[in-house]
Amino acid sequence: MLILECPYCGVTGEETEFHGGGEAHLTRHGPGSSDDDFENYLFLRENPRGVHFERWRHVNGCGKWFHAARDTATLEVFGTYSAQTTEPPQDIKDAITAKRPGWSWREFK
Amino acid sequence: MYQNHDETIPRESEPMRRFSAFAIAREAARHHSGWERHWRSPTPKKHYDAIIIGAGGHGLATAYHLGKDHGITNVAVLEKGWLGGGNTGRNTTIIRSNYLQDPSAAIYEKARSLYETLSQDLNYNVMYSPRGVIMLAQTEHEVRGYLRTAHANALQGVQTEFISPQRVKELVPIINLEGPRYPVLGGLWQARAGTARHDAVAWGYARACSDMGMDIIQKCEVTGIKRDGDKVTGVETTLGDICCNKLGIVVAGHSGVMAEKAGFRLPIESVALQALVSEPIKPCMDVVVMANTVHGYMSQSDKGEMVIGGGADGYNNYTQRGSFHHIEETVRALVETFPMISRLKMLRQWGGIVDMTGDRSPIISKTPVEGVFVNCGWGTGGFKAIPGSGYAMAELMAKGGSPLADEFSMWRFREGKFIDESVAAGVAH
Ligand SMILES: Cc1cc2nc3c(=O)[nH]c(=O)nc-3n(C[C@H](O)[C@H](O)[C@H](O)COP(=O)(O)OP(=O)(O)OC[C@H]3O[C@@H](n4cnc5c(N)ncnc54)[C@H](O)[C@@H]3O)c2cc1C
Ligand SMILES: [Zn+2]
Repeated sequence: MLILECPYCGVTGEETEFHGGGEAHLTRHGPGSSDDDFENYLFLRENPRGVHFERWRHVNGCGKWFHAARDTATLEVFGTYSAQTTEPPQDIKDAITAKRPGWSWREFK
Repeated sequence: MYQNHDETIPRESEPMRRFSAFAIAREAARHHSGWERHWRSPTPKKHYDAIIIGAGGHGLATAYHLGKDHGITNVAVLEKGWLGGGNTGRNTTIIRSNYLQDPSAAIYEKARSLYETLSQDLNYNVMYSPRGVIMLAQTEHEVRGYLRTAHANALQGVQTEFISPQRVKELVPIINLEGPRYPVLGGLWQARAGTARHDAVAWGYARACSDMGMDIIQKCEVTGIKRDGDKVTGVETTLGDICCNKLGIVVAGHSGVMAEKAGFRLPIESVALQALVSEPIKPCMDVVVMANTVHGYMSQSDKGEMVIGGGADGYNNYTQRGSFHHIEETVRALVETFPMISRLKMLRQWGGIVDMTGDRSPIISKTPVEGVFVNCGWGTGGFKAIPGSGYAMAELMAKGGSPLADEFSMWRFREGKFIDESVAAGVAH
């Protein structure tokens, strides 16, 4: 059972209180984009065994979307943070580095 | 660098002794002292014509058909754990071919028909049991969906029929037609669908491959993929580097990890899917029942255990254990469908990492790297496909194309040519 903390209302809850929204920090592409960009945005995923950034929604709570950094191989949650960002904040990156030195994910390190 | 796993079995060993009624009688008379190991455990050679990564059902069936249909026997199957220890040994063994889309019906029906004679073909009892599968229709929407599938199946030459609630009750006396939430309105019935022994499928193929001279190498993890420009040259493994001309990646939930090592990405996400079995009880249900609206399905094994499949987690996961609340949801759904199971004790629960694509159809495809092929994306429902998938993947690897595989290319997403099975069934086992 995953335990997540909603960065908006501060509630710590079990995963049944939340709903997973898949990979985070995708760059959205609209009409006129190349086939490559569309394919990347709509279908291709990192799906790593290890550090993963993802979207969650506090469905049975405040209803807000937020981000989480988690390890898919151990289910350890490194931290949750605001949805209003295109990149994990430095304190989250530091928390991951403390536990998984040398991690990288897409363009983030 | 290379360790010899088993010094007692030489590389060029005698052909495997065949199983037969006579062999059973002979062994019974001598305290079963004469049974042999089923496959060799050789050290890896320096070079193979083809390497398959992953000794699950799909990888082993691919190797088998490379040898049997295309005469390519200088083949190694590399497995990081033990043979069949992935999803092949963790699934609930439902075999059916009543899919909606033509390319799906073609490959799943090919697989189902190969299952009919697989025990004879492999000389290994895979316990294929065409006991019939019912998919319950419990909403008007589902009734319409299954009627549509039944019509599509008629055109595809797959024998299915839509049956009445009364016929469902005749086939499954323990079912509760008037459930508290969703009454049974009918069902999609495939009489020649059923189950098989999952381990035996992996073991049978492994034995046949070994018998053709192929090397099945367990406890050998592939850690890197070697290329010369855009062409594959071999793999790095925990037992050293091994060269190959062609490489098949058949690693289910770990497809994304392997693709990353080969330098490309896949439209796949890995999640945990769970199953559980009850204590054994007297025979009470001799067909497989799937209830997709309430989300649960059940069959009875030959040992008497009720085999129960549940839901997949809603987040990426590589841990082979799923979330506890899914078990409760599954059991709740099945108790309302089969009230008599409410007092059964559950014996075991486990999870497997399934590889999900956006259209819930598999990928059998060339890749951006020349000589590298992938077979993945079977998600929650690939056990049933093993013989057909191996047949098609081998043809693709040997000839560069296969009528059964061509529609399942990894580029179909980019081209918008989905094989959309996600609408046909909420649960796709
Ligand atoms: C709980 C559950 C229930 C299911 N129920 C059904 C069902 O009723 N009917 C049905 O049709 N399907 C079902 N499925 C799906 C089915 O099990 C899979 O689609 C199928 O078994 C996949 O087979 P595979 O050979 O592709 O993968 P696997 O059997 O998972 O084999 C892949 C192998 O690759 C190995 N591997 C991974 N990485 C490496 C590496 N780096 N180096 C070397 N080896 C590696 C793994 O150890 C593994 O043994 C179910 C799955 C689960 C988990
Ligand atoms: Zn909240």
